[in-house]
This record gives sequence, structure tokens and C-alpha cells, in this order.
Amino acid sequence: MQAALGHPFVIALPFAVGLLFWLIAIRERQIGRIQGLSFFQRNGTAVGLFLIVAVAFWAVFMIVLPQLFMVEMSFRPKLPPSAMGGPRDVYTLQNYHYFLFGSATSSAEWNVVHIRAFWLTIIASILVTLGNFLLCYPLAFYMAQVATAARLRFLLLLLITPYWVNEILRAFAFRVIFSTGGLINKLLMGAGLLSEPIDFLGLDVGMYAGLSYAYLLLMVFPLYNAIENLPKAQIEAARDLGAPWWHIHAFIVMPFAKPGIASGCTLVFMLTSGALAAPLVLGGPRSLWFTPIVYDRFYQAFNWPQGSAYAFILLLTCIAFVLAVMRIGKLSLGEITR
Amino acid sequence: MTADVELDGVTVRFGDFTAVENANLRIKEGEFFSFLGPSGCGKTTILRTISGFIDPSEGAVRIGGKDMRGIGANKRPTALIFQSLALFPMMSVADNIGYGLRVRGISKSIRQKKIDELLNLVALGDQGAKKVDELSGGQRQRVAIARALAVEPQVLLLDEPLSALDLKLRQHMRNELRAIQKRVGITFIYITHDQGEALTMSDRIAVMNRGRIEQVGDGRSVYDAPRTAFVASFVGENNAITGFITEAAEDYAVIEGKLGQFRGTNPLGLKKGACATLFVRPEALRFGAPENPIAATTREIAYEGNLTHVGLRAVDGSHLTVLLGAGEIPPVMDAQASFGFDAGRAIILPPQQDG
Repeated sequence: MQAALGHPFVIALPFAVGLLFWLIAIRERQIGRIQGLSFFQRNGTAVGLFLIVAVAFWAVFMIVLPQLFMVEMSFRPKLPPSAMGGPRDVYTLQNYHYFLFGSATSSAEWNVVHIRAFWLTIIASILVTLGNFLLCYPLAFYMAQVATAARLRFLLLLLITPYWVNEILRAFAFRVIFSTGGLINKLLMGAGLLSEPIDFLGLDVGMYAGLSYAYLLLMVFPLYNAIENLPKAQIEAARDLGAPWWHIHAFIVMPFAKPGIASGCTLVFMLTSGALAAPLVLGGPRSLWFTPIVYDRFYQAFNWPQGSAYAFILLLTCIAFVLAVMRIGKLSLGEITR
Repeated sequence: MTADVELDGVTVRFGDFTAVENANLRIKEGEFFSFLGPSGCGKTTILRTISGFIDPSEGAVRIGGKDMRGIGANKRPTALIFQSLALFPMMSVADNIGYGLRVRGISKSIRQKKIDELLNLVALGDQGAKKVDELSGGQRQRVAIARALAVEPQVLLLDEPLSALDLKLRQHMRNELRAIQKRVGITFIYITHDQGEALTMSDRIAVMNRGRIEQVGDGRSVYDAPRTAFVASFVGENNAITGFITEAAEDYAVIEGKLGQFRGTNPLGLKKGACATLFVRPEALRFGAPENPIAATTREIAYEGNLTHVGLRAVDGSHLTVLLGAGEIPPVMDAQASFGFDAGRAIILPPQQDG
């Protein structure tokens, strides 16, 4: 199929969907399923118009259209500018085919390198998310239920200030600490625990530490918010009924904080699987994270369509995974965003 | 099984603040015992000390003769019903009640049997599957009671559990609590600032003020024979007349104040010349009675059906209250009248100590 119609279609799509929603709203009002004041009656014409235009602009131009263009591009072949729009510019699955089977000239049955990096990224992101949760839950619980107001402020400051430093600088700082001649190795050797330095970066310890640290706050705050709403009396009631501390956490605090846990884990998982700075700066020579591969598609291979396809595959898989976990945990999207 | 609770010189301090000072008390097994006092008097602190959430700074708490020092709230033979009830919102009614049993690793079938039993005890037979927030206030109250009773505590502690209910329900729940206590036969320790609750439900009451236990006794003795000025004015309504003792005998004394001379009982044996307050209940003041006459003007007449509240202003400007029964004819508004009272129904006590 010729790809010339692609762009007009992509641009028209969000507006068509918006129009559809509008028509549905009108219909629902006619049959009486929606009642009360209309949007414009409630907000006034000027404010109402501003809200619609501002939100629509933000959603359509900042979020929906760029993504749709990426998706559209992922179905096109890599062509020199002169051939774009020409007879060879047709929709194709070749970029997705490449992800699975590699180039047509390779003898291997599957594109093992990319597929393995992809699944490693997903699995490692799950592990980083779990690790982050284990790290942040006690901290969030302490902040929400135990700490005095003064100590809470102090802790928040300690948590937030490091994030004033930009992500790449932070990654390089980790590199300095974890390198063979770095602080940690020097300390361990100085204490006589090691006779020769450990290659933390080669073993990917640095990368996982950096990834865990990068999105720590996005785990702490949803957890803190959720746990803070739990009345102290409930914890005391459970204790009074004989519950040991782990039982209180597993059956009282965590079920109560489930929406916060889900929202924190979703954020950390999504961002970790798509993280670029930490894997790029801290990744060892043997580690193959998926995002640098995507990055290379764009900037090393100059193959934007293929890069788009790779990015789209990652995004879809992550969304599918998150939705599946929410389904298992009996959570709705509404609860997470509470 | 039930147990007695003994407070032996219990003092609780928070920094410089002394919440409970030298509490000595023995609550008998199977007793319905109330701590009555205004908010901030330390009654909740005592309850939390008994349940194990607070360690006493000094003294000891003994339950069933056993010193509870070092034994956490989760290991004590007590169960606490919180003021907020603290039911678990993400669990069903049945799971709430069964929580304590689940913690103890009791099998599901035995647990279910016990839950059904308790649901019947608190008259919630078919509500087990509901969520807590689908219940009314009174039903939630009963779930909290059932949840606490499920772990078969020897002592049940109740921290103003009725304060969130409306008046009708509160009165109904009083009777119900009392009935449940009779049925299960364990010690109930009840915290309240509502003297009506304390008087109607309790076998004995401890009246507390500023961290101290002022008086312990059954409802009748706390109401009829207060031994401190605080108890006299906090439990029920009371008219206070201050002055000096001008005449002191074994049982009786005469107090002289701005309103004149009045005779009353002298249970603490106050001496002549001492500063004192005479307390007389509104229902003991009688229109036109010859003994202990007080001249006053009627300022307020509130008819309440079975009773009539009459507010008086005495010649020195102080306010007095008279309670008239249904048969008695109230005086006319804004009229001068003389009231009197029987010396046997007035009590002379030392004035309330401040600070």
C-alpha cells in the first residue's frame, strides 16, 4: 500500500476521535443518560473554550501526534529523502521482521542479540522495580507513620536535593564511585576486605544501582501518600489483636496502600525499561540494554523507521505487562491515579 | 476466662508532662469498670497503658496477677475497642472479626464457626459478607465488639466507643454493651467523658482529673457521696456555695458565705475556719423550704416535660439551678422567691485545688 496517505490520516485521527466523543456526549444528553449543566454552562464560554483548546493542544500536539507519527513511521522502509513519497514508499512490516529475524543476509534463525536484550531489559526492569519497592517501602512507612514532622521535612530534603543534579551527571558520579579505582573499591581494599578491586561496572552493579536510584522518588512518593492515609489506629488494632509486625505490613498496610504500590511500581517499571542515561553511562561492555539499541537505530544506523518500530515494541510490551499485573492485582486505572 | 487488673503506683510521663500520676487501683475480674473524666484527664493514657501501647514511667500493671512489663500489646490478654473503631476497610465484616484468629493461625473451618457465633452474639447474623463501609454506625460498633471478643480476651478495653453515635443509638448500645458483658462475663474497662454512660453501665467508676484518680466507687456513691469538689461538680449538676466554716461538729458543719449561713454534712471532718465549698444538688433545693433559706430571683424556666429546670440568681449575683419534678408547681418568672434545702442532702468539701 502506498504510504502517501499516511500523514493526513495520522493527523486526522485524533480529531476524528475527538469528534466521535463529542457526538457520543450529545447523543447521551439527548437520551437523558447525562444530566445537569453542560460543560460550557458550568465553566462559561470563555473559560470552557480555553480549557478545551489548551487541553486539546497539549494532548494532541504534545502526546498523541508525535507518538502516532512514530507508529506510522515504524511501518515504512528506510529510504533516502529523494525516494520518499516515491513508488518504493509503501507500508511494510520489515522493521518488525528485522527485530525478530535479523537482516535478510544473516544466517541465524532469530535476531538473538536484540531479542535477548529486549527480554533482559524487561526482566531487569521488573527486578529493579521490585528492588526499589523493597528499598522504598520501609522508608515510606517510616516517613508516613513514624517520623516526627521535623524529621520528615529533613528526610524529604535529603531525598529531593540529589535530584537537582541532572540525570547524566548523576550517572557519571556513580561511574566514579563504582570504578575499579573508585571510592568503594578503595574503601573495601583499605579495610582489608579485598586484595584486588572488583569490576563493579563490568558486572553491571553500577548500572543496576544507577537505574534503581534514578527513579527512587517516583516510588517513594506514591507509597508515602498511600500509607499516610492509613489511620494509626488500624495498625494498633491489628497489633492489639495479636498480629506480629510482618503480618500487619502484609495484611493491613500493603492492602491499604495497594493503589500507591501499583502506581509507584508502574512509574518505576515504565521509566526504568525506557531509561537511557544509566545504561549508556554505567553499562558494562557486555551488558546490552534495549534502549541503547533503540538509540543506535536512530543515531548510528540512521534508520529512524526501525528505531520507531523498536521503541513501539518496547512501549507496547510494557503497557501490556502493566495492564496484566493490574488485572491480577484487581486494580483499575482510576485507583492508581488517585 | 476473665482476669483482674491491678494498677500499682502507675505514673506516665510524656517529657515534662505527667499524664497519669500514681494511679492505684484494683479492677475485679468480671467487673464493668469505667474511667470517667473530662478530655485530657489521662483516662485514655491509662487504657493504653493497660493494653500495652504505653509503658508506665513508674509502677506496674498486673493482669491476672502477672506483671505486664515487657509484654507487648500483641501478647497481652486484652482487646481494645478504639474510639474510631479502626475496622479494616479492605476486609469484609467476617474477615474483620476473624483477623485475630487468622493471626493465631487458626484453621479456616474453626474460624468460620467462631465468626458465625460472634455474628449472632452481636445480632449481625447475615451481614458477614458485607464490606465495613456498607454498615450503619451501630452495626460497625457491633463488628468492632465482635472482632475484639473473637480473640477471647480476659479483659476488654473500650475507648469511648459510643461517642460517634447519635443519642438514641447511644442509649440503645449502652444496654446492649451491658448485656454482652453479662453474657461473656469478662472484665470490661470503659473510658468515657459522659457521666450518663458511666453511671448506667458500670459496676464501679473511677473519676479522674488532671492525671489523678479522684474517687473510686459505684455510681450511687460517686453521685451521692462525692469526696472531692471536682467529683461533686463533674458528676451530675451541682450548686456550689463557697465560704468559711464557722461551726464544725462530727457530722455537720456550718459554712458562712456571701449568701448567709448554711448547714451541711461534713464527711471529711473539716475544722472551724477552713475555706470550704458546700454542694447541693438541684433536685435537693425546694421552693419555700424553711431550712437553709436562700433568697433569689427566677431568671430562667425550662420546661422539659417530666422535669422543670429553674435558673436562679441569688442576691450576691451567683447562679443556682433548681430541678423540679412533674408534680411541683414552678415559681413565676422574674419573681423573688425563697429556696431551702435539707442539711442532710448538702455536702461540705474543701475547695478544688488548682494546678
